[in-house]
Amino acid sequence: MNWQAISVIYKSEMLRTWNTLLQSIASPVISTCLYFVVFGSAIGSRIETVGAVNGEGGVSYGAFIVPGLMMLSLLTQSISNASFGIYFPKFTGTIYELLSAPISFFEVVLGYVGAAATKSFIIGVIILITAGFFVDLKIAHPFWMMGFFILTCVTFSLFGFIIGIWADSFEKLQLIPLLVITPLVFLGGSFYTIDMLPTLWQKISLFNPVLYLISGFRWSFFEVSDVGHELSLAIVILFLTLCMGIVWWMFKTGYKLRQ
Amino acid sequence: MQPIVSIKNLCKTYKSGHQALKDINLDIQDGEIIALLGPNGAGKTTLISAICGIISTTSGSVTVNGYDTVKQYRKTRGLIGLVPQELTLGAFEKVQNTMAFSRGLFGKKPNAAYLEQLLKDLSLWEKRDAALMMLSGGMKRRVLIGKALAHEPRVLFLDEPTAGVDVELRKDMWKLVSKLRDSGVTIILTTHYIEEAEEIADRVGVINNGELLLVEDKAHLMDKLGSKQLTIELRHSVSEIPDSLSSYQLELSDSGTHLTYTYDVKSTRTGITSLLQAVNAAGLQLKDLQTSQNSLEEIFVNLVSEDQTQ
Repeated sequence: MNWQAISVIYKSEMLRTWNTLLQSIASPVISTCLYFVVFGSAIGSRIETVGAVNGEGGVSYGAFIVPGLMMLSLLTQSISNASFGIYFPKFTGTIYELLSAPISFFEVVLGYVGAAATKSFIIGVIILITAGFFVDLKIAHPFWMMGFFILTCVTFSLFGFIIGIWADSFEKLQLIPLLVITPLVFLGGSFYTIDMLPTLWQKISLFNPVLYLISGFRWSFFEVSDVGHELSLAIVILFLTLCMGIVWWMFKTGYKLRQ
Repeated sequence: MQPIVSIKNLCKTYKSGHQALKDINLDIQDGEIIALLGPNGAGKTTLISAICGIISTTSGSVTVNGYDTVKQYRKTRGLIGLVPQELTLGAFEKVQNTMAFSRGLFGKKPNAAYLEQLLKDLSLWEKRDAALMMLSGGMKRRVLIGKALAHEPRVLFLDEPTAGVDVELRKDMWKLVSKLRDSGVTIILTTHYIEEAEEIADRVGVINNGELLLVEDKAHLMDKLGSKQLTIELRHSVSEIPDSLSSYQLELSDSGTHLTYTYDVKSTRTGITSLLQAVNAAGLQLKDLQTSQNSLEEIFVNLVSEDQTQ
């Protein structure tokens, strides 16, 4: 293993985050605060609890949206960090250095995806702490929560890495996060449970993979979920495996990297 | 002696069908400087990219220090440094950070003393904390060389290192190349500038349309392929060349005072003695004589144009 190479890629990507601290950290935190103000306080004050059974239990709407908001940030940040991380060397031409270095595809992925996942993880933690100022948070299953948390950061950083290799323009780089991921997150139960939807839309929602992610993550907090948490975990692992397979194929064939 | 780089039957055909490299065979000896000359699109950069692993090859093989560049890529790539043709650098990184990055990428542990010396050798020490985007073109070129040397390679590829740089910087580069050779680094450079090859190379290769037309020792090449011109200055101008001199295929200048005779240096009989006797016999009075030799540029142009007419 070329540990030196993994280390310099990782550090260089983390340094880029540090250099753009305001954009990287402050921006997602501010937008999350705004979500809490608008959904948690303004709208949430009109919704008493979510997930109550026969009027018993349930969680306040403000707390209910925390896992969804975290997932929204984790998904978008993981994709954007990893896709930009590998796209920028392609754009500037410095990718030649990666291609001519004694480094395997696995090591390249470890460096870039590791850094993107770390950054998303830090943002997730900051959002969780910020949420603590607005609502009373309890985590029912901390190990499951951490498992979903880390798996999401890694899986979607890998997905972002794929987008970064695939994209050949800044427009394409934004295409999937804006047109696919954001709608899927909003329609995946970030702000509601699917039983609030009409029956037809409940069935359609089950085809949205992000629903399983948010549902499992929310279960780890409140034991409230749309689908079983084991199924959620299986879907995330399946998506992770798929992403790993695609990245492996991309490096093996040199897709959009090596002519 | 085992060559440091050995290229055997190397071919590269792009997906578009364009055959960029056609059966290239070349051995490069340890410690030499070899210049690859060729017009735009000849295949110079493709050849370098294939050796360095930036592009895949269609067939053939390349070894560096005896290791296969595909199967043992970790060993070969660690030995190679590459300075690309384009000024491909990031924007916001600091000079010393980007060089440290390159060193680490090639698996070398940090060595602040080595990088400091390298920055000083490249006249970049004062700029070590500058962002890359703030540097001039010449400085960026130096940074690229620094990045390529950051991991102490044994073989250095310079893809048109002096394209677009001023004369002073070009001469600085030549000095640096010479110094690197003295330290035992093998250098393969591509260039458009014939004077660059003439100045610093030990051997010259000419590549055109993906084919390596020849590789020769520079001095030998010039001796072998160079023709010389003898210019005879006449005391009085003539309107035409006398019939008795027609066999020498002389050229008469517009003013009628200069006769130019082109002869082959590799020929055992150049014909100069008989020409001068014939000039004297024709009643022409000599004022002066001058000889000049073909430059590498003329040799190169001749080779490429011959290749294109075939």
